[in-house]
Amino acid sequence: MSQSQRKKKSHQKELLLQGNEAVVEGALRAGCRFFAGYPITPATEISEILSIRLPQVDGTFIQMEDEIASLGAVIGASLAGVKSMTATSGPGFSLMQENLGFAIIAEVPCVIVNVMRGGPSTGLPTFPSQSDVMQARWGTHGDHPAIVLSASTVRECYDITIKAFNFSEKFRTPVVLLIDEVVAHMREKMVLSDGEEIEIFNRVKPTVPPEWYIPYEDTPSGIPAMADFGEGYRYHVTGLTHDIRGFPTSRSDEIGPFIARLHRKISQHFSEIQMAEFYETEDAEITIVAYGCVARSAKRAMIEAREKGLKVGLLTLVTIWPFMRSAVERVLQTSKILLVPEMNMGQISREVKRVNRGIAKVFTLNKVDGTIITPEEIMNQIVEVS
Amino acid sequence: MAEVTKLIHKYLRHDKKFPHVWCPGCGIGIMLGALIRAIDRIGYEKDEIVLVSGIGCSGRLPVYVDFNTLHTTHGRALTFATGVKLAKPSLKVIVIMGDGDAVAIGGNHFIHAARRNIDVKAIILNNSIYGMTGGQYSPTTPYGMRSSTTIYSNIEQAFKISELAVTAGAAFVGRGTVYHAKLLDSLMEKAILKQGFSVVEVIAHCHTQYGKQNRLGTAVEMMEWQRDNAVTVEKSATMKAEELQDKIVIGVLVDKELPVYQDEYDKIRERARGTAGK
Repeated sequence: MSQSQRKKKSHQKELLLQGNEAVVEGALRAGCRFFAGYPITPATEISEILSIRLPQVDGTFIQMEDEIASLGAVIGASLAGVKSMTATSGPGFSLMQENLGFAIIAEVPCVIVNVMRGGPSTGLPTFPSQSDVMQARWGTHGDHPAIVLSASTVRECYDITIKAFNFSEKFRTPVVLLIDEVVAHMREKMVLSDGEEIEIFNRVKPTVPPEWYIPYEDTPSGIPAMADFGEGYRYHVTGLTHDIRGFPTSRSDEIGPFIARLHRKISQHFSEIQMAEFYETEDAEITIVAYGCVARSAKRAMIEAREKGLKVGLLTLVTIWPFMRSAVERVLQTSKILLVPEMNMGQISREVKRVNRGIAKVFTLNKVDGTIITPEEIMNQIVEVS
Repeated sequence: MAEVTKLIHKYLRHDKKFPHVWCPGCGIGIMLGALIRAIDRIGYEKDEIVLVSGIGCSGRLPVYVDFNTLHTTHGRALTFATGVKLAKPSLKVIVIMGDGDAVAIGGNHFIHAARRNIDVKAIILNNSIYGMTGGQYSPTTPYGMRSSTTIYSNIEQAFKISELAVTAGAAFVGRGTVYHAKLLDSLMEKAILKQGFSVVEVIAHCHTQYGKQNRLGTAVEMMEWQRDNAVTVEKSATMKAEELQDKIVIGVLVDKELPVYQDEYDKIRERARGTAGK
């Protein structure tokens, strides 16, 4: 974007939006033009609004027969060259694990929003939870990398949805956006400026003639160029382990490098993918590590603790997976105590402990009764451990 | 022969992926031949065709053909095809499935694709068995037959795929066998040219699994069984239900005009644009 455009006085829009609505705005801004989904609480608003908005912009909305079909259609649409997404909650996310694996192995960009509710099974349809963190990492079978993002404010729902699309297009992989029922249904003011500089990334397409195109070529970045169906690059897409041309292979000298590349294309871009926010962590003796709606309560508790003279900081994880080791290591430089409140039985706290390796004391605060973790509860624990 | 060589060179990835995985005598090759001849007669460009498949012996078919090819998850081929078609309606989307693919694990997707009248062509190779995994019974294994998971006897009733498609609302349904090669050619062409969801059920033999376990003989003998037990749609109209019990009715079962999904969705877009900003 040129300097003159950047300086342009932008028209500002003040919106009062739900998290789910902000996801829709972000998706449309990112260029999403295909949505396939199945009704499920608490994600349904995303479907409902996109069923109105997508046809207005020449996009396509379709309600499929289930969540398996939804992600199948999304992958198909993406292969045809259209940015695509679906939205669901725990039970639907379980059904999507099959085709999530397909999108990973076939390297098809797409975005899956999982508005987390209580589980297991039908669980707590209208109550918040953060219990799908590990499922988002390991739910589909086989060794695979995963990009999983979260949001704790309505504005973040907008920004992170755009990021999710950008990452999916850039790294040719499905990206999961994990938000929770609180953030999804909460209304907050969000300011949008027309002239706002927002980076939109579109998949890199081949520039070579079709006969030279190697669809799964091992490039230095690890991310091969992607041709759309119907553009003259007739290639094979399969869920079988394949060679660089996309054809099934059972040769170990092709399988190993392929699986290694799938991991490498993510791991060598960690610094770009991993996002976190640091609040008052420079001198913090106690750091709260949180994400999603719990990060909101944690922020309140941190402010109150600071008012009381306690040196408390907050690390809010925006990228859940790949787990941001460097962020935890940074707060470990000052903190002797880490506090990990989350609405599950301890899914991220184990990752924190893995990185911590005994340097600080790690305390967990787990809640799985369908109610949120309040600032008071976090404050009480701060007092208890300090 | 020169004609066949021409088609092989034009449509098969002949220098890349052969020999194929199928057993000698398998009917899939006959189905593939009929499909390619139909596409060649119609004159579609290879670039505009997307060939989608699921899992199983039939699932391996697209890899051999020089189109945009997509080998999906088991039973889900129609869902991927739906996405491809709606995202880029100019593409001609053809789906290859087996009986397990189409009416067991993918049964739900099959009836809903038919109900929606998505403009996708579903070619279903029905060989009454799960061949690739070693001959387990499928939803189209007839009652009383043997498979590696019904060693004593199959006690389930078989699905009739074409009749299921008719009931689910498909715009075109045709059934052929790999014995009746000329009929299959014409069914393929009609199905591909049809606007809307069209189905061709291809009755085929799996002599390696189903035939062996039920002592039905060689591939040739099983194809002779197809010859002896097929009844045309026209002739079946004059026969009693009992007489048709163990027969295969072949020909065009349904060919009707129905609103096609993407045309209907275009109307939705028009309406939506009218309301935008209001």
